[in-house]
Amino acid sequence: MKSNGRSGTRETAIAAVALLIVLVVPFVHRSPAFEDFVIRLSAMALFATSLNLLVGNTGMVSFGHGMFYGLGAYAFALMMQMTELSLPVAAMLAVLFTTLAALCVGAICVRLSTDYFAFITLAFQMLIYSVIISWQSLTGGDQGLRGGLPRREIFGFDLASQLHLYQCCAVVAVLGLLALRHISASPFGQTLRMIRDNESRTGFLGVVLWRARLWAFTIAGGFAGLGGVLAALFVSGAYPELADWPNSGQAIFAVMLGGINSFLGPVLGAAMLLALNDVVARVTEYQGLVLGIVILIFALGLRRGVLDFFRVAWSKDSQ
Amino acid sequence: MDLHALGACLTTSACVVTQTTSGLIVGMLLFLVAAGVTLIFGVLKIVNFAHGTFYMLGGYVAYTALGVTDSYMLAVLAGALSMALFGVVFERALISRVYGSNVLMQLLICYAVVLIFDDLVKIVWGPEFHAMGMPQAFQVPPLFIAGGVVPPFYAVLIGIAALIAIVLGVGLSTTRLGKTVRAAAINAQMVSALGVNTTLLFAIVFAVGGGLAGLAGALAAPVRSLSPGMGFSVLIESFIVTVIGGMGSIAGALASALLIGLVRGFGTIGFPQFTDGLIYIVMIAILLLRPQGLFGRRL
Repeated sequence: MKSNGRSGTRETAIAAVALLIVLVVPFVHRSPAFEDFVIRLSAMALFATSLNLLVGNTGMVSFGHGMFYGLGAYAFALMMQMTELSLPVAAMLAVLFTTLAALCVGAICVRLSTDYFAFITLAFQMLIYSVIISWQSLTGGDQGLRGGLPRREIFGFDLASQLHLYQCCAVVAVLGLLALRHISASPFGQTLRMIRDNESRTGFLGVVLWRARLWAFTIAGGFAGLGGVLAALFVSGAYPELADWPNSGQAIFAVMLGGINSFLGPVLGAAMLLALNDVVARVTEYQGLVLGIVILIFALGLRRGVLDFFRVAWSKDSQ
Repeated sequence: MDLHALGACLTTSACVVTQTTSGLIVGMLLFLVAAGVTLIFGVLKIVNFAHGTFYMLGGYVAYTALGVTDSYMLAVLAGALSMALFGVVFERALISRVYGSNVLMQLLICYAVVLIFDDLVKIVWGPEFHAMGMPQAFQVPPLFIAGGVVPPFYAVLIGIAALIAIVLGVGLSTTRLGKTVRAAAINAQMVSALGVNTTLLFAIVFAVGGGLAGLAGALAAPVRSLSPGMGFSVLIESFIVTVIGGMGSIAGALASALLIGLVRGFGTIGFPQFTDGLIYIVMIAILLLRPQGLFGRRL
């Protein structure tokens, strides 16, 4: 793997260009379906990429990452409905809340070994899911938080308009991804990869393993919460499904489909998964059948994520 | 939360008997599924996320077989044997291709199988709920034990599951095959080097695991309704059982399945809204205090 220690100028430039293209598209051609897709992708991409900070970077397989996505969505939606806070403040508080929740859950989980870590995160997720379901007076139970979010204007942006929501989500997602990229390329990110590759050696070098893992878990939880905020904006509320197991599953598959060793792998995976769902939903009601077969083909055919596959193929060719 | 009702229940023998029976039913069915999960993990180090699908298909196959043969016993046999066969096919065709690769790859394949078969069940049997109905032989007045009502089918169900637990336990500890399986759980490579056909052994383990899950699905069909996606909640619970009992331990699976069953049985009275939450709390507590599980060896 190439060194990631270079300055982030190139990444920032790529992100700026990508953002510019995404923002220019609606002025050239308005397509509600495309805008809708980008809004959903922005939430999913943040969610999947934050999970990959754990899975790909640190080697921590969390089955319960959806809990932070759901918590972010609920915290944000509740704050918007119950208080008069402005949208950015509510979003920041929601992310802060999710980060703290991740810190608490992580403090309990990160010392367990791989298999048990996976299961305990799943248990925590299901615990939070059943709290959401049973605390009806606050969360609306299995109906979810309905009634919509009050659409307060921010800086002249009106989020009831799809275009403005699209722009807002694109900016947040690109900034979030850039931040994650910086974290993963930083010395801290290198430490995490070192833990993944050989935890005893890393420990001998003086790295406190649980502390680094806890940081990774907390940061990943916070970014998943940010994804949840975008999801809450999109559905204009919050639903228990956001915190449910299949949602964590979706993120894991996005990560796996795209590739765990490439930073943009999860983003590509999320896009593929969403596009696949959309296309299949139009053709047949049996989405699971088609999605399952596609996953099987990828898993058995490529044996790794798409982006990882191409990187390996490309580096073989160039030798 | 209704601790008052729980207290009232615990002091009346009728309520204790009824709730214990329903707890034992849940626990025993869970044990049959979890035994397969823990066996497969113990020997192959594979977390079979598709195990709930075996359970679901077992139930549906039994449902159809009952319609065709009109014999509940044949229906249960059909459910169990077809899933044993399905287990072998699943292992040979899919899982064996990813031995030794990333855990996530196995997860991905299992999830694909879950998605595919949930939809196949929808196509074949329809998306609606099916009720199998109580078999003819058991449509008799319930037993009364210490004032509690126990349908005879429940008693038979618990009996069958207990019998399987004993057969499995004795089989693993005394028969040649059982000893080979336990040896493979410790070091499969060594067992292979000693001349045992581990490919066959792995297939057998999957057959037994799948068969048990199919059996559980077929046995549960008269008391629960059949629906696509029903395997999922069973899967999660059987994981909880496996983790609490200790991954790879059959005795642990039995103990923790009964524990979960009883927590469910009495939890529905004390915490009707939060029974699931209660189980997750039990699991988290046990993982923290004894990460290897009640009966597990430290990894």
